Amino acid sequence: MKPPRFEYFSPRSLSETVAILAEHGDGAKVLAGGQSLLPLLNMRLARPSVLVDINRVSRLDTVRPHGTGGVAIGATVRQRSLHGDPTLLDRLPILGTASQFIGHQQIRSRGTICGSLAHADPAAELPALAVALEAEMVASSASGERVLPAADFFVDYLTTVLEPTEVLTEVRFPGPPAGMRWAFLEMSRRHGDFALAGVVAGLSTSDDGSSIKAARLVVFGVAGTPVRASAVEAALVGQPPTDSVLTDAAAEATRLLDPPADVHGSGAYRRALAQTLTVRALQACRESHGTAEPAT
Amino acid sequence: MAVRQTVRVRVNGLERVAETDVRRTLVDFLREDLGLTGTHVGCEHGVCGACTVLMGGQAVRACIMLAVQADGAELLTVEGLASPDGTLHPIQEAFREKHGLQCGFCTPGILMTTCELLASTPSPSTEEIKDWLSGHLCRCTGYQQIIESIQLAATRMASDQMVLSAQ
Repeated sequence: MKPPRFEYFSPRSLSETVAILAEHGDGAKVLAGGQSLLPLLNMRLARPSVLVDINRVSRLDTVRPHGTGGVAIGATVRQRSLHGDPTLLDRLPILGTASQFIGHQQIRSRGTICGSLAHADPAAELPALAVALEAEMVASSASGERVLPAADFFVDYLTTVLEPTEVLTEVRFPGPPAGMRWAFLEMSRRHGDFALAGVVAGLSTSDDGSSIKAARLVVFGVAGTPVRASAVEAALVGQPPTDSVLTDAAAEATRLLDPPADVHGSGAYRRALAQTLTVRALQACRESHGTAEPAT
Repeated sequence: MAVRQTVRVRVNGLERVAETDVRRTLVDFLREDLGLTGTHVGCEHGVCGACTVLMGGQAVRACIMLAVQADGAELLTVEGLASPDGTLHPIQEAFREKHGLQCGFCTPGILMTTCELLASTPSPSTEEIKDWLSGHLCRCTGYQQIIESIQLAATRMASDQMVLSAQ
């Protein structure tokens, strides 16, 4: 239970970082918060020959306003900021609500937002939020910068489109649609464990509440990547947000899921759980219980 | 790049310097290189919380960060709680009185988390205490007495604070 040998680099600038990655490529691993990588090293499930610690790279630890109502979050911003940083809380409070489910306080002290995205655990909260909120990932390498929509970023279990020579330097969450109310729900055996299933939902309705203007729906922990139910989102538009409409939407959104089974639950259980959580999340959006309306 | 590096930290108010392997975790650095064995090594993958220390005032898992990452940091470990004359910290005193420990293996980590909790939230609700404790596994006490210990510590530290500010 000790990390294997590696060469350790602690660059101070982004240009230095991408130069090291360009040189060492496949053998190198970026270390940010380390809350997933260090356990993997301790258990020797990962054996990188080079570790590139980006914690001392300048200008990666900032949260800044992005566009109308959005935020851009640098690579070394800790998960604690989600429920402490005033810009984040003001602009995207749903991130703060959801962050209570990320590990524990002690994990969020070190764990980074971008690190969780780059690690891409399908049961993690931040990848699902990034997909639901249509975030953009900024990947940097020696040959420049790519901006990747969250929808194209996650490939499969622990796999993203990031190249070994790239580092995720920033995630940009755009301001959500005006008037959209959000809900985040997940179920785990113990508080802080990875979710058996979870959901991010958003609804906006007409002023009198009689019909749905827009919807967002992403379920996670049930497939290799977060699953956005785009067809269901589209079908909800114009419908009244009644229990039967929302229940049908949840059934449709989870109908084709085929979640993996593990010691915590069977595939069928996970699908049923995702469906139940989706109904509750959509109802919570409608009633705006446990949600907050983001500033616009 | 070397596989060994000098790490300089301020632990419990004292400057400490040691050369160590870059792959050394912070908890092993504290125990093996600095001789501070109060911080315990439990699961070594960030689950049990026994190794929790404060870095810059925040509770962190010392088993899943590297010692080199703590270079230049201000650390507080369980050895830093009691006064030099052996007088227990109010948190330790409360754990003793309320039987907040049995075997004591997980206790150093729980004490450190309690330090940050009470520094940031002087009068935590039971729910808040449980939320912070969710990052710790204790297989002896069933947690009830740990919660009571933290509540007692909070009450005492708050009244100490009132006495101080009245003076």
